[in-house]
Amino acid sequence: MPMLVLLVLPLLALGLNLDYAGLWVHLASPVVMQALALSLGTGSTAALLVVLLGTPLSYLLARRTGRLQVFVETLVELPMVLPPAVAGVALLLVFGRRGLLGPFLEGAGVQIVFTPVAVVLAQVFVAAPFYITAAVAGFAEIDPDLEQAAALEGASDWGVFRHVTVALAWPALLAGAVMAWARSLGEFGATIIFAGNFPGRTQTMPLAIYLGFERDLDIAVTLAFLLVAVSFAVLVAVKGLLGRRGLGR
Amino acid sequence: MKWLCGGGVGWLLAGLLAGCSLSAVQPAAAPDRELVVFAAASLADAFERMGAAFAAGEPGVRVTLSVAGSQQLAQQLNSGAPADVFASANRLQMQAVVDGGRIDAGEVQLFASNRLVVVLPADNPAGLDSLQDLALPGLKLVLADAAVPVGQYSLDFLAKVSASPEYTAVYSPTVLANVVSYEDNVRVVLAKVQLGEADAGIVYASDVVGAVRDSVRLLAIPDPWNVVASYPIAPVGDSMQPDLAARFVAFVLGPEGQAILADAGLLPVRLAE
Repeated sequence: MPMLVLLVLPLLALGLNLDYAGLWVHLASPVVMQALALSLGTGSTAALLVVLLGTPLSYLLARRTGRLQVFVETLVELPMVLPPAVAGVALLLVFGRRGLLGPFLEGAGVQIVFTPVAVVLAQVFVAAPFYITAAVAGFAEIDPDLEQAAALEGASDWGVFRHVTVALAWPALLAGAVMAWARSLGEFGATIIFAGNFPGRTQTMPLAIYLGFERDLDIAVTLAFLLVAVSFAVLVAVKGLLGRRGLGR
Repeated sequence: MKWLCGGGVGWLLAGLLAGCSLSAVQPAAAPDRELVVFAAASLADAFERMGAAFAAGEPGVRVTLSVAGSQQLAQQLNSGAPADVFASANRLQMQAVVDGGRIDAGEVQLFASNRLVVVLPADNPAGLDSLQDLALPGLKLVLADAAVPVGQYSLDFLAKVSASPEYTAVYSPTVLANVVSYEDNVRVVLAKVQLGEADAGIVYASDVVGAVRDSVRLLAIPDPWNVVASYPIAPVGDSMQPDLAARFVAFVLGPEGQAILADAGLLPVRLAE
């Protein structure tokens, strides 16, 4: 089981290096609290946006077939394989002051770079594919005849979607949403480029861990352990909810 | 896309890659010895040339540079990263490696110094023309993190200005309230100013020489307030090739090395003899 050892040993080392005596002191430090609050806030907002904006797109992709659909699906999956640094630079070139939308945003008095909005945008960009891929697979498994039958019975479009489509596909949607949320929590590269690093405003947990590594290793290990613990707890809870189906379906 | 091609993006990527870049300086035919030099991000250009010039006089030797923030290099060295020479942008990070036991305190020598300069985008969107303007409300200022040498020097500079009779004690806190991001190394600070995302940043004078000079505007920092950054260099104690490491350090301190540093905008410690 060399694979299992390779996966588990580093996480175990984090736990072994944790300064248990000083744990509460580190946890209560402003750096940790601010980073934790910011990460949970932005990560949850990003996951919510991904579900709201990603569900209609996923449904369309699942119901259409053809070359265009394959092309769009590939585009959507691209952020999964791109280095996050590329995502950060690309986002700057769109939303930055001299970016494509820069003059328009500046005219409207909207500031995105260096704000929590940029953190959320970066997270949505890298996390959306995880939700969309899962949701498309979930929707594709539903027999369109069921939806048609409900429509013939007089259900509205929204009623069909809510009571038939979503009612059947929810395990896939939930699994995808959780993966998107977890990916948002872990987002680093795009964030540090696009949103910068400012404690309490754009310094999420991964950024605080990275900079803490250079400054105060105890804080970095505490934050890292916290991130692992939170992610583990959520994954376990969702797995329990979904039964043996698992997140990867 | 002309407005994107001011070099800002390239610099941003270069700055980011600086965190993990290993670049071979001398593609010698069959190098049988490799000298690994850990150099502060602000030394990237100077040491690129330094490595090439040194290798030119050492047949069969290849110089490999690892460029990152000094604090990052110090951390890597103390974690056991194999290296032959360490050139830091401040004494603090060199001391961290001395304390970590990888470098002998007696081997540390200063080889150059550097000065701070305020850098603005070429079109100066915030219309700044004095140090006082850094306190203007709503300004977007980018500094390096306090863990990075240039970040600490920037804080020292602001404190000095605050303490001077011409300014008030609120100067430093007011300027710091304008900071929108604390970056991980000096090249990223420069890149974000070149891109125009920040209205101003504080970098080393040596970061804005050559082609970069035309892509930005500068606000000079007068001598009494400027903070002189001292660069120490030392061979790593457990280097497998102490002779080569010692020769590289001597080369940096020698006339040719010092001339390369001066050319790159650093202040050599030894004037041409």
